[in-house]
Amino acid sequence: MTTATLQAEPQPVARVARTYLNERTTIASWLLTTDHKRIALLYMVSITLFFLIGGAAATLMRLELLTPQGDLVASDTYNKLFTIHGVVMVWFFLIPSIPTVLGNFLLPMMIGARDVAFPKINLASWYLFMGGGAFAVFSILSGGVDTGWTFYTPYSSTYANGHVIAMATGIFIAGFGSIATGLNFIVTTHKMRAPGMTWMKLPLFVWSLYTTSIILVLATPVLAITLALMALERAFGVGIFNPSLGGDPLLFQHLFWFYSHPAVYIMILPGMGVVSELITCFARKKIFGYQFVAAASVAIAVLGFLVWGHHMFVSSQSIYAGMIFSVLSFMVAIPSAIKVFNWTATLYKGSISFHTPMLYALGFIGLFTIGGLTGLFLASLAVDVHVHDTYFVIAHFHYIMVGGMVMAYLGALHFWWPKITGRMYPEWLAKLAALSIFAGFNLTFFPQFILGYLGMPRRYHVYAPEFQVLNVLSTAGASILALGYFLPLGYLLWSWKYGKIAGPNPWRATGLEWTTPSPPPKDNFDTTPIVTEGPYEYDPRATEAELRAAHA
Amino acid sequence: MPEIALAPVEHQFENAEQQREAATMGMWVFLATEALFFGGMFLGYTAYRTYYPEAFAEASRHTLVAFGSINTAVLLISSTVMAFAVRAARMNRRGLLSILLLVTASLGTAFLVIKGFEYAREISEGLLPGPKFHIETSDPVHAEMFFYLYWLMTGVHALHVTIGVALIGFFALRAWLFDAFRDHDTPIDLLGLYWHFVDVVWVFLFPLIYLAGRHS
Repeated sequence: MTTATLQAEPQPVARVARTYLNERTTIASWLLTTDHKRIALLYMVSITLFFLIGGAAATLMRLELLTPQGDLVASDTYNKLFTIHGVVMVWFFLIPSIPTVLGNFLLPMMIGARDVAFPKINLASWYLFMGGGAFAVFSILSGGVDTGWTFYTPYSSTYANGHVIAMATGIFIAGFGSIATGLNFIVTTHKMRAPGMTWMKLPLFVWSLYTTSIILVLATPVLAITLALMALERAFGVGIFNPSLGGDPLLFQHLFWFYSHPAVYIMILPGMGVVSELITCFARKKIFGYQFVAAASVAIAVLGFLVWGHHMFVSSQSIYAGMIFSVLSFMVAIPSAIKVFNWTATLYKGSISFHTPMLYALGFIGLFTIGGLTGLFLASLAVDVHVHDTYFVIAHFHYIMVGGMVMAYLGALHFWWPKITGRMYPEWLAKLAALSIFAGFNLTFFPQFILGYLGMPRRYHVYAPEFQVLNVLSTAGASILALGYFLPLGYLLWSWKYGKIAGPNPWRATGLEWTTPSPPPKDNFDTTPIVTEGPYEYDPRATEAELRAAHA
Repeated sequence: MPEIALAPVEHQFENAEQQREAATMGMWVFLATEALFFGGMFLGYTAYRTYYPEAFAEASRHTLVAFGSINTAVLLISSTVMAFAVRAARMNRRGLLSILLLVTASLGTAFLVIKGFEYAREISEGLLPGPKFHIETSDPVHAEMFFYLYWLMTGVHALHVTIGVALIGFFALRAWLFDAFRDHDTPIDLLGLYWHFVDVVWVFLFPLIYLAGRHS
């Protein structure tokens, strides 16, 4: 009897580590959490839902474009589909994606902090995001908007059908969520770094989040006031952008692109930061030219504010303005190329292994390069007149946004998944997914370069019959792409429960986030770390076998 | 500086100094976004005034410069009082702090009341853009654009003043009833920054709106 009690006694206490996940488990503890790691997961669930909405709209569009006639949806429905796809993917998936999910999760850990500077504002940003999302979903369900994601006036403010004001309100509110995130990241990076964590020891992912945040904080308020003015014009006839009331629609385009072009860099810079982390880890090498890669992020952020007019080459803006904007747009290629060359130089003589995150990182480099170089075509005044508003533009920015940012997001998700959940994902399935996404993506969007060059305009649901072959290829690619996206949705959820236990550092990566248990405890570190080394002290001699041993 | 704040340090910070620095920087970043928010409207103003200088000058002469001038004085004085309030908080003078905050809030309220009377006069004179808009100028269409911008910019500014007054009144009560800022003056500091920002926006609005047509 006594022995039994004695033996039974220690068992229940047996070591379940206290992590941020099991510390408290009520629903309220999630909805009211101020823990940056939990907020990251709230964002992850939310943006996944929005990705499905945006993806569904894209699916219907690609199905419609299988045939030259408008046989699946009417033109009006098609207009609403591409508006939903654009609005949801830009503001409710891409812009929040890496910053709010992986940035929130990793930024404090990477700089050795217990949390971001303002945890309550961090939670508030999620509620603002969801509030904005609710307006957007309401707008979609109650009939949609047919303006395109750009809301050009006077169409949006005067003539468009549908719930433009609700949609603009949604973006307005979600924008303040973005600002809150950006503000938090800036102050956190400045003021919360652990002792010894100097600016030149920051992981490049932190640099990219920091520069992204500066854009978020300075550009988003301009979008807010622009959409507010557009909505006021629609609701009360305030004529700031209305030519019949003395206003100038071009002013709307200037203000809109003053936000929306920097927003492109909001979407790509965090992806570049992720790739810098992945390349170094899976090449087992220090990044080549750390200072240049970091400074390139700053340069992209600064130059990104000066190129908005390249969206308006055919809008009747002055030809001299067009020339200046063209030159400035070419200049963005310099820091972008610095990054690509430095990643390539990092790979050189590295000890490369092809785990799933690395596949995504390599995919990013190739696709981003194609997207970036075709951007130069579009930045050339004369070529842009030819391909403006064609599928060439669509293909170009999808190579950046999907080939770049979504690949980086998925790469990051796989790389830090063991840190987030404490479990490994199934490697071979993940590789299959990565390869189908890469193949599906190229099959979807490469034909669109040709379509655009041949003159197929964007935003039409009918097209000339000679374009059908390329459109069928594109739709076929999209279905492979969709399969590729559904795979991680399935196996990542599965691995949350059944994946192999990962341990604190399955990749033998450097970086402070790998020095804590997986999943991390609520306060990240038992004691505040003291930083003495740079972020990428990899040993090139560490081999694949050693890495495999770390998994076992 | 013997008056290092002894506020409760939230768990993410190492010490009170870090907390104070972070909060102050956060406020400055927030004010940067505010500047860009107003910036969109200022850009609109600049663009249209460049296109239609005559119409804007004429329209500007229809504004009620006496109201605007008095309001400028009211707001500048309120900002001065706010600066004293920040000092009082740093010196832990609870009673003085509450009174100075109340004076600031009252001046802010006075600004809003005067602005309200100004708006009422303008509506009765037909200067509210819309179907009833009426103005005796050579270019009424673009004079109306001036008044769109006038109502928008002063309206958004008044909204910021209203938020400021509410916060300052609330902080005055907290200071008076709970001695909330003893050895913890950062919130008052940040409130002061916000209030000065609102003041500075008006300092730009005043000449652009009331004086654009009066120098010649």
